[in-house]
Amino acid sequence: MPVKAIRPDYHGEHRDARANFGGAILVYIDWDFHRWFCTPKTFPLPPDMPFGALIEAVIPEGFGQHPQFSEIDWGSVEWTLDHEPFTPDMGRGIEEQGFGHKCILRFSTPGLTENI
Amino acid sequence: MQAKKLNVKDKYRLLTRDLDWEFSYEDRKEAFPYEEFEGIKITDWDKWEDPFRLTMDAYWKYQAEKEKKLYAIYDAFAQNNGHLNVSDARYVNALKVFLTAVSPAEFASSNGFAWAGRHYGGAGARVAAQMQSIDELRHYQTQIHAMSHYNKYFDGFEEFPHMHDRVWYMSVVKSFFDDCRSSGPFEYIVAVSFAFEYVLTNLLFVPFMSGAAYNGDMATVTFGFSAQSDEARHMTLGLEIIKFLLEQHEDNVPIVQEWIDKWLWRGYRILAVVAMMMDYMLPQKFMSWKEAWELYFEDAGGALFKDLERYGIKMPDFTETIKNEKDHISHQAWWVFYSHGHAAAFHTWTPTAEELDWLSEKYPDTFDQYYRPRLEAAAELEAKGERFYTAGLPQLCQTCQIPMFFTNVDEGKPTEIVYRESTYNDERFHFCSNECKHIFDREPEKYVHAWLPVHQIFQGNCGGGGLDEVMEYYRMGLGEMNLDYKGSPDEKRWKKWKGVA
Repeated sequence: MPVKAIRPDYHGEHRDARANFGGAILVYIDWDFHRWFCTPKTFPLPPDMPFGALIEAVIPEGFGQHPQFSEIDWGSVEWTLDHEPFTPDMGRGIEEQGFGHKCILRFSTPGLTENI
Repeated sequence: MQAKKLNVKDKYRLLTRDLDWEFSYEDRKEAFPYEEFEGIKITDWDKWEDPFRLTMDAYWKYQAEKEKKLYAIYDAFAQNNGHLNVSDARYVNALKVFLTAVSPAEFASSNGFAWAGRHYGGAGARVAAQMQSIDELRHYQTQIHAMSHYNKYFDGFEEFPHMHDRVWYMSVVKSFFDDCRSSGPFEYIVAVSFAFEYVLTNLLFVPFMSGAAYNGDMATVTFGFSAQSDEARHMTLGLEIIKFLLEQHEDNVPIVQEWIDKWLWRGYRILAVVAMMMDYMLPQKFMSWKEAWELYFEDAGGALFKDLERYGIKMPDFTETIKNEKDHISHQAWWVFYSHGHAAAFHTWTPTAEELDWLSEKYPDTFDQYYRPRLEAAAELEAKGERFYTAGLPQLCQTCQIPMFFTNVDEGKPTEIVYRESTYNDERFHFCSNECKHIFDREPEKYVHAWLPVHQIFQGNCGGGGLDEVMEYYRMGLGEMNLDYKGSPDEKRWKKWKGVA
């Protein structure tokens, strides 16, 4: 039963449906094991944004405050999309590569695991 | 011959149970339309043992006497500038958390008991719920009055009702009460009277009231004493309702178990803010969160669930997770607020050297390894004039609405976030824990329309996209209520009053 209600037809509107974000999709991003950032962060992104732009603009904005950030070797970063290993194509749009509304992108940086 | 004065027993009967009547020409089911849809079976309301044994006139008399004493002390506190006697102005931030998060919950609880009380078929339960509704309203009022003196001298108090419906962390408490008040009357009372008042209340009230006592805050201590006899009644009601439901029908047992599991979890999640208050916000500390959890839950709660075993009720499975989290959540929660200090209606800070040592001593297995280095790095940045405020907005749990800061301590990975998710009607939903996922999965229709503050900001419903606009929507004002304690108007005033440069 999807809800215990006094009315059998009770229905809750999906408040965070994709259509409510003005064309953007929500992408949650986390830099694994770097709890200087207490949680994964939420980004509304255009679905046709190339993955490269994510590395150039979005991720630095969200995670650039960490002292190790400038040491990241982006060639050796390991990505997961929705917890599965993922190899990004820098030139193609994110939705084309499997990013959906409310997906989770995680990156880990072997060698840069010092925690603060 | 009729006695001139009724004896207590007769008076009690006439003023409580005797207020009920038989329905001769109306359908009783229509008078109590919410009594059955939750699946709870009541076979005999007469088996209800009134836990308070109070009539309304006696209730008014006791409460009025308590009010007189309480307000005499509030007046004396104000006339003597009692705020100058607190241990340190940082302490007042614990009161800001209390007034903005706990007091509106008292009001919501009053509202919930008024509604639930209307819908019980038994007069005893109706009277008990009515009295608690009035108690909760009294607590709301007396808390506001206790804080109103502080409001004259410190930032962060004045906009609490406006903020309650808007600010990202207040949505956590709001969603708790929205959830239980939109349940049926039996789930409501199990949630509030049993899970919260009976099992968890010592972890809310004792920390705030002992914190007040240790930090020289007479107004709040006095409020605490005045509320204590009410709280004792509330706890008794919590235990009575559980025993009553379990004894009425065996079919009630699995339903009640689900509710206990759900509401203990939701209550526990909210207590993360108490954990950080105890460990980080009290200049004079009296006990660590970990110690409080062990004393009030692991010991006392363990004995309670042993008692309930004979009804077929068991301790929720997730208590193992809570045990694992007790070494972590206060540090993690404080870091959430410290790093989002630009968007909080109270001040945050890095602990002093002495406080760091206290935390190391209280949390020998985790603090030095995971949390001390982070706080020291933050203090170094502060010293360079680069106080860290994290950019962007966090991901929130769909059920408890808390930023997803909880880590995988069950598997010994305290820096890895816990991710759980469900798909419902083709939309994905994210959770901080197995339990929050389980609560959603049982009733997804109830949570798909949760008002998640971060998503609302991105939908453009919170004044705009910039920090300034959102702060204006929250009525926080940049640099008044929020940001670090160091350099705040609160700190400047305090130093002036105390004659410190």
